[in-house]
Amino acid sequence: MEFYEGACELKLLQTLEGHTDRVWSLAWNPATGTADTPLVFASCSGDKTVRIWEQNPSPSSSSSSSSSSYSSWNCKAVLEDTHTRTVRSCSWSPSGKSLAVASFDATTSIWENVGGDFECVSTLEGHENEVKSVSWNASGSLLATCGRDKSVWIWEVQPGNEYECVSVLQGHTQDVKMVMWHPTLDVLFSCSYDNTVKVWADDDDDWQCVQTLGEPNNGHSSTVWALSFNKTGDKMVTCSDDLTLKIWEMDGTSMQSADGYASWRHLCTITGYHDRTIFSVHWSSEGIIASGAADDAIRFFVEDKDVLVDGPSYKLLLKEEKAHGMDINSVQWSPGEKRLLASASDDGTVKIWELASLCTGNGY
Amino acid sequence: MTLGLINANPVVHAKKERVARTEDPHGDDAVDPLDIYDILLLLLFFLLSVLSEESITVDEKLGRILITFTPTIQHCSMATVIGLCLRVKLKHCFPPHYKVDIKVSPGSHANEESVNKQLNDKERVAAALENPNLRQLVDECLYSSEL
Repeated sequence: MEFYEGACELKLLQTLEGHTDRVWSLAWNPATGTADTPLVFASCSGDKTVRIWEQNPSPSSSSSSSSSSYSSWNCKAVLEDTHTRTVRSCSWSPSGKSLAVASFDATTSIWENVGGDFECVSTLEGHENEVKSVSWNASGSLLATCGRDKSVWIWEVQPGNEYECVSVLQGHTQDVKMVMWHPTLDVLFSCSYDNTVKVWADDDDDWQCVQTLGEPNNGHSSTVWALSFNKTGDKMVTCSDDLTLKIWEMDGTSMQSADGYASWRHLCTITGYHDRTIFSVHWSSEGIIASGAADDAIRFFVEDKDVLVDGPSYKLLLKEEKAHGMDINSVQWSPGEKRLLASASDDGTVKIWELASLCTGNGY
Repeated sequence: MTLGLINANPVVHAKKERVARTEDPHGDDAVDPLDIYDILLLLLFFLLSVLSEESITVDEKLGRILITFTPTIQHCSMATVIGLCLRVKLKHCFPPHYKVDIKVSPGSHANEESVNKQLNDKERVAAALENPNLRQLVDECLYSSEL
């Protein structure tokens, strides 16, 4: 354990200012970060705008000494004059061509990059009050939203920027904080102020809650703020106001069941590391779990292969105290090969970090 | 929206004798509970004994503040609004890195857990304060408390 912690370092690459209120969340454009396309991400704020940030193309220098020749970030666009209240979260379509934005004004806007400018091409209405989260499925054919009205909506993407609501899912008994589609299956996950995670699947277009992960299943004892899947989608991590992270796995044996749906079970609880609400968690493609919390710190966890217990356990790889001057609301690993992480905070900034490559994750 | 009196005949408690303040050795960033109390005395007059000096706990090292308040009746429907008022008024009183938790004092409210959960869910607080009706109510509460 000492070896790991000594071999890892979180380097701050840049602090991005621009928003005039707290930054609630951010989302990386999944189609960026390749040789030809510089990394792009969007940030959402209480200032009612979305900012699009792009990394400058890296200098084509073969003499760069580190594996990450650093290029700076610029704000490429500000999506404004659309939402009348806080913009809470956003999600890029898998192709990277569309950006869905969830707002406290009860609407979800859809934006497209039209010749370098972002345009709002559609507005989805229906929620009774604040929309808190939006997520595209793996193929980009479905969109899900959720909000304080306790409902989860599923929308079908149709030609000509039309979005048709195909289901309004009731089930949560309180404010729904986040929705996220499984990385490969058309199965939707939601987490809530009611302390549960719900799993929704469709049976011939009839969407239903197929599982609820609550206290009886070793679930959380307070608001669940976020969830994230590992690369292969057979494990999920949730974070909560109860100060724990929980790891869940898909029960392989029941994949053979008649309805084709596999259930989830609790694997382990990561406890004792956080002393204030954990708002965000994100599982990297290499297996490193990053968490952002209300104590201004970012933490990294990896599977502990040295411990001899029944089933996996996780250990703290690194803790970056005072990563921001205020609460951290969102942490997100970037796509692409570099170990970059972006964090968003109540302090109004977004920070770009690199986890120095001396340590290895326990990759999947 | 006018504020009807929920508890028209509250019990008025005698004010505790104030202890003389000592020299503050900690410098600019220190938060003296008695400074906070000054502010709260003024603006929360109408709540009458809802707060006292014991209600405010400051942990300077960790940068945490806990405020507990006692609604005058167990089923006070204004508890969440009072909590919101406290948040609004105190927002600029502390250095930004301080974490402020607001709770009803233990045993003082029938829905203590659910009120506390709502008051300390910053997303709910932020959304509530963007709601014009609720914002107006909070502003009226604060205005009516400033004599």
